[in-house]
Amino acid sequence: MSSQPRLVEVRQNVLKQNDLLARSLRQRFEAAGVFVVSLVSSPGSGKTTLLEKTLTRLIDNGNRVAALVGDLATENDAARLARSQAPVKQIVTGTVCHLDADMVQRSLEGWELKDLDCLFIENVGNLVCPSSYDLGENLRVVLMSVTEGEDKPLKYPTIFNTADVAVITKMDLAEAVEFDLAGAYENIQSVRPGMEVLQLSAKTGDGLNEYLGFLVSRMESRSLVGKVSVG
Amino acid sequence: MHELSIAISIIEGASQEALSRGGAQVHAVHLKLGALSGVVKDALLFSYEVATNGTMLEGSRLVIEDVPVVIYCSECQAERRLKSIQQFCCPVCGALSSDVVRGRELELVAIEIEEVEEIV
Repeated sequence: MSSQPRLVEVRQNVLKQNDLLARSLRQRFEAAGVFVVSLVSSPGSGKTTLLEKTLTRLIDNGNRVAALVGDLATENDAARLARSQAPVKQIVTGTVCHLDADMVQRSLEGWELKDLDCLFIENVGNLVCPSSYDLGENLRVVLMSVTEGEDKPLKYPTIFNTADVAVITKMDLAEAVEFDLAGAYENIQSVRPGMEVLQLSAKTGDGLNEYLGFLVSRMESRSLVGKVSVG
Repeated sequence: MHELSIAISIIEGASQEALSRGGAQVHAVHLKLGALSGVVKDALLFSYEVATNGTMLEGSRLVIEDVPVVIYCSECQAERRLKSIQQFCCPVCGALSSDVVRGRELELVAIEIEEVEEIV
């Protein structure tokens, strides 16, 4: 014997577990005084190259930095980033197309957060899936390279909308690929009005100072004045 | 394609809830899905069907309510529904706004369960 089906209200976020974990990570980072930056982009936009330059420059200026780097299958990125002398851990996700808070938490085991000023998390190259997962970061940077075309923000509005700053990379190739810079700015503003946009070439170094300056200003606005410096 | 992991999270949440309510069979799971959730509806429906196989939710329906993006327009001092998620501006006055009021939802709203009554 059974009764009629009844509707039971649940009202909970499907990603509640991830959100709770991300919140506790954020508290840990805050308590340890670590500023956490995540990088998202499509594959091949230059996350690893920019990160390698960023780590090297921040270390040269006496900052204590580290990186977690997500990849579907290889550990190549970690090997590249290790050249910067920063502690680097690869998170090989297997078939999973994004990082989540649990992967970040597990990867932090063995690291003393209080010995760090800044932690970078490079997500798996993907402009769709990472947008749903909070990693406990303070700043989400979305990269788009000039070779991808200026309409990328319109194709992936969600990830641009969840990001805090957009960085246009490979500017040294802009002319060769007839990149419409004004159009790119317009498209970014259309999906995320007011978002700061930076442009750089990690290869030539053009725009790198402005990018690092931006990161440092964001760190300082979290009242970590003096902890991080850029020369 | 992260809809499969989202589907698994939905199934876990709904199963826990059903068990805690003494429910034996789940007929339907109701979900709110925002246009800015980053989740594709069709892919989620497909994943749900696959992922419920062999679970207590096998055969249940996933009922999705689409939630459009609503922004707050400070010019109009009103909530406005976006015409397109490619254009974050007020459809009435054209002012830009990043102030998202609704549209990020990925929320398990309710479950339809059938309780088993003890036969005395």
